[in-house]
Amino acid sequence: MSTPVSPAPATRLSRIEAVLAERFAPLRLVVEDDSARHAGHAGARGSETHFNVLVVSDAFSGLSRVQRSRAVHEALDAEFRSGLHALSLVLRTPAEPSGG
Amino acid sequence: MSETVFQRIQAEIDANPVMLFMKGNAMFPQCGFSARVVQILSHMQVPFQTANVLEDPELREGIKAFSNWPTIPQLYVKGEMVGGCDIVTEMYQSGELETLFAEKGIKAVA
Repeated sequence: MSTPVSPAPATRLSRIEAVLAERFAPLRLVVEDDSARHAGHAGARGSETHFNVLVVSDAFSGLSRVQRSRAVHEALDAEFRSGLHALSLVLRTPAEPSGG
Repeated sequence: MSETVFQRIQAEIDANPVMLFMKGNAMFPQCGFSARVVQILSHMQVPFQTANVLEDPELREGIKAFSNWPTIPQLYVKGEMVGGCDIVTEMYQSGELETLFAEKGIKAVA
C-alpha cells in the first residue's frame, strides 16, 4: 500500500491555522490543541476536539465580542461540522490590551 | 429545524431575564465551560434559570441554530445573547458584566 496523498493539511490544528491566517491576516496567531485536557467528557470523541485560539487582527476593529467570535466561528464552519467541539477564543485588535 | 424548538427557546429567554443554556444544571454542570459561567453568575448572586441541552437533543441543536453560535454554554440577558464562556469570563473580569446587569436592571454583586 502506498501512503495516501492528502492535499489538505493533515491535522485540524494546521487547517485552523491556515484558515485563520487567510481570513484575518493576523499580526499574531496562536492555535493550541487543548483536547487532552478534556479527554473523557461527553464532547471529547477522539482527538482534536478542543482548541485555544488567540488572534490579533485589525479585522476585529469596530466589532463587538459576539461579532468577533461569530466571524471566527463562520471561518471555521467546516471544522465545526466535522467534529470540532469547543474553541476558547481570545480575539483582539493590535491596539487593545494584550493585543500587541 | 422545527419552529417549535425556536418558539420554546424564545419563550425561555422571554420569561427569564438571565437564562443560561448549558450542559448539566447549576448544581451539577457537566462541562467545565458551563461550570465556569454558573460559578460567575452564582458569585455575582444573580438569579438565573438554566436549560440542560444534554437532556434534550432538539434543544441542543436548536439553540445553536437559534443563536447562530456553535457552542454551549450560551448566556442570554433580557433576550440578548451575551456570549459563551470566554466572553462571559472576559466581561466579568473587566467589570463589563456588572455594568450590563446594572443597565438591564438586574441586581448583581461585583
